Amino acid sequence: MVVAVKPADSGGPGNEHPSKGLKAWFYKRLPVKEFIETQATGYYAPKNFNIWYFFGFIAIVVLVLQLVTGIFLTMFYKPGEATAFDSVEFIMREVHYGWLIRYLHSTGASAFFLVVYLHMYRAIMYGSYRAPRELLWLFGMLVYLALMAEAFMGYVLPWGNMSYWAANVIVNIFGTVPVIGPTLVEWIRGDYGIADSTLNRFFALHVVAVPLALLLLVVLHLVALRRTGSNNPDGIEIKANLGKDGHPVDGIPFHPYYSVKDSFGISVFLVIFATIVFFAPTLGGYFLEHANFEPTDIFSTPNPITPSWYFTPYYAILRAIPDQRLGALLMALSLVCFLLLPWLDRSPVKSIRYKGPWSKAFLTLFTVSFLSLMYLGLQEPTPNMVILGRLATGGYFVFFILMPFYTRFERVKPVPDRVRFEAHA
Amino acid sequence: MLRVNSAKQALLTSGFAALLLMSAAGLALGADASAPDASSSAPAAAPGSVQAAMALASKVAQQQLEDKKKKDEEERLKGFGADWESWEPANSVADVASLQRGVRDFAGYCRGCHSLKYMRYSRMADDLQITPDQLQKFLLPAGAKPSDYVGTPMPSADALTWFGKVPPDLSLIARARGDGYLFRFLTTFFSDPTRPTGANNLQLPSVAMPHVLSTLEGVKVAVFRTVNKEQVFDHFVQVAPGSLSHEEYLATVRDLVNFLDYVGEPAQVQRRSLGVKVVLFLLAFTALTYLLKREYWKNVH
Repeated sequence: MVVAVKPADSGGPGNEHPSKGLKAWFYKRLPVKEFIETQATGYYAPKNFNIWYFFGFIAIVVLVLQLVTGIFLTMFYKPGEATAFDSVEFIMREVHYGWLIRYLHSTGASAFFLVVYLHMYRAIMYGSYRAPRELLWLFGMLVYLALMAEAFMGYVLPWGNMSYWAANVIVNIFGTVPVIGPTLVEWIRGDYGIADSTLNRFFALHVVAVPLALLLLVVLHLVALRRTGSNNPDGIEIKANLGKDGHPVDGIPFHPYYSVKDSFGISVFLVIFATIVFFAPTLGGYFLEHANFEPTDIFSTPNPITPSWYFTPYYAILRAIPDQRLGALLMALSLVCFLLLPWLDRSPVKSIRYKGPWSKAFLTLFTVSFLSLMYLGLQEPTPNMVILGRLATGGYFVFFILMPFYTRFERVKPVPDRVRFEAHA
Repeated sequence: MLRVNSAKQALLTSGFAALLLMSAAGLALGADASAPDASSSAPAAAPGSVQAAMALASKVAQQQLEDKKKKDEEERLKGFGADWESWEPANSVADVASLQRGVRDFAGYCRGCHSLKYMRYSRMADDLQITPDQLQKFLLPAGAKPSDYVGTPMPSADALTWFGKVPPDLSLIARARGDGYLFRFLTTFFSDPTRPTGANNLQLPSVAMPHVLSTLEGVKVAVFRTVNKEQVFDHFVQVAPGSLSHEEYLATVRDLVNFLDYVGEPAQVQRRSLGVKVVLFLLAFTALTYLLKREYWKNVH
């Protein structure tokens, strides 16, 4: 294998640095080279990544997109009951290319969830949460939770009618907390109802607090990844098989190999993303709801009230349970299950490729249940839909609850010593 | 930076850079070249037997179309509207002439009660190719500036007394309800003496708004049938003609809906035309990144 870069540890950092000039002055004071080496040229990733491994990189690109478009939106958006809706229309009509910035941001929110869901699903399929990557997984899950908070508060900001009523539904969920519930809801809202004070604090949290937390968590996620290295579709530790140069024989430097490969992945993503932004920015009411083009009306509820598509699985769980408090508890538990995943999986192998038929069956059940819940959360809660919602909720939890048993006692396939990889023709 | 291993990689890398430069230049150029395209090309008529034959054929087709229309109209007068829930306007915001007719009728029939509070007259004139003179002469209310938003002269307090409801601002009505809804709303008014306004509506039952277009459409009544002890709409019967034929009325409503669609998102024509360029650029970019990836990955075994 030809590798275009020098190994990271050849001769130490001092030897290859220039000794004179501005560059030398700079390098003496800032570890630029070392940083590039640890992050890109010296980071060895398994060579057998498949299509599922594009989404982490895409998620970072979308994060940057959200931050940049968000900054421009903040220049024109005016939080407040009397100004929010008007200022969004001002952006859409009178700010130069304001419509583009806003559609990039609103489509970016949905795209963020789409790629994060695919990224998480990849981890579940190939056992990327297993030891030694438990912290990597936990930081990732915290990113996901922060993202949910960020998306919810961002959704309230345009102050359309769906913003207002969705805020009511979601904030009231906290009212089911025993004893302190009602006080907690009042504390979140800063008023006796969703009002001006709520909108203003959501703005503060959406543009400052949560993005800072998100960035910190993403950095921790990446730092943890640099420590453990990437998993791969075969679930084999490539560090267990080192070559003469001290690098994994099944590894290749992230740069240039994965930097060019991810450039291609990003390009394909951008084609799809731009097609939605320019030709279907509301995506038939899924990315921007029709009811949110009407300003908040505290006397008229949209029918039905639905959250954004990325929250609907949890909303469907909440609605499937007749008791509100129990429903809220199950909804919280459905997220906690993800956090416990590294300790629920007792299989001797990581990847679904080598797990037994039970694991495959339960993963299929989980996939079908999650997608069904997503669909059901968007429908009106007719009795039939509620029954289907209960079945899907059952399927969702059974996957987690029975995992310690079916992963432990099933027959698994032998894991190969080296990753499976087919070179380019 | 990328370390170049071969001439092919160098070529691809420079192609990559060239595309990036092109995109930057395109953005800079495109920023102010987004005025609507004013040219409308008509095919030049040239004498000759082929053209003559074609003209004859089109005349015959025209005649057939008119016969069919006549027959449809006769059918319609017996009763129509059973399929009203599937009525759609089939409008296009790229049709500037339709938008111009739409704004004319909006000013004549709607603006008395409904505002477009996010829409400036000047922006509308630019997008709809209305000259400053035309704007001044036909559209601007007395004393209004071109940069003013489209307001309504009716005071809200009076509206509340007269209709029991303040007529909503229509800036975003097309985005909130959809074009089909608006089209069905304006085509399913029928005479109903039990209502204070004398009119009712299938799309929005017990609507507070009177049928302001009835001089154009004429008067129709709704015939109901009883299903499970409930009154269900069956069909309309036209009882008095308006100043427009049925087809002309539908065309008028289509233009109005089209105009409201435009008002809901004035940037949409620009959005689509810019989108074509962006997506084509990204497709070319994707082809290059694919080739670049393939070139580098030849080294991986």
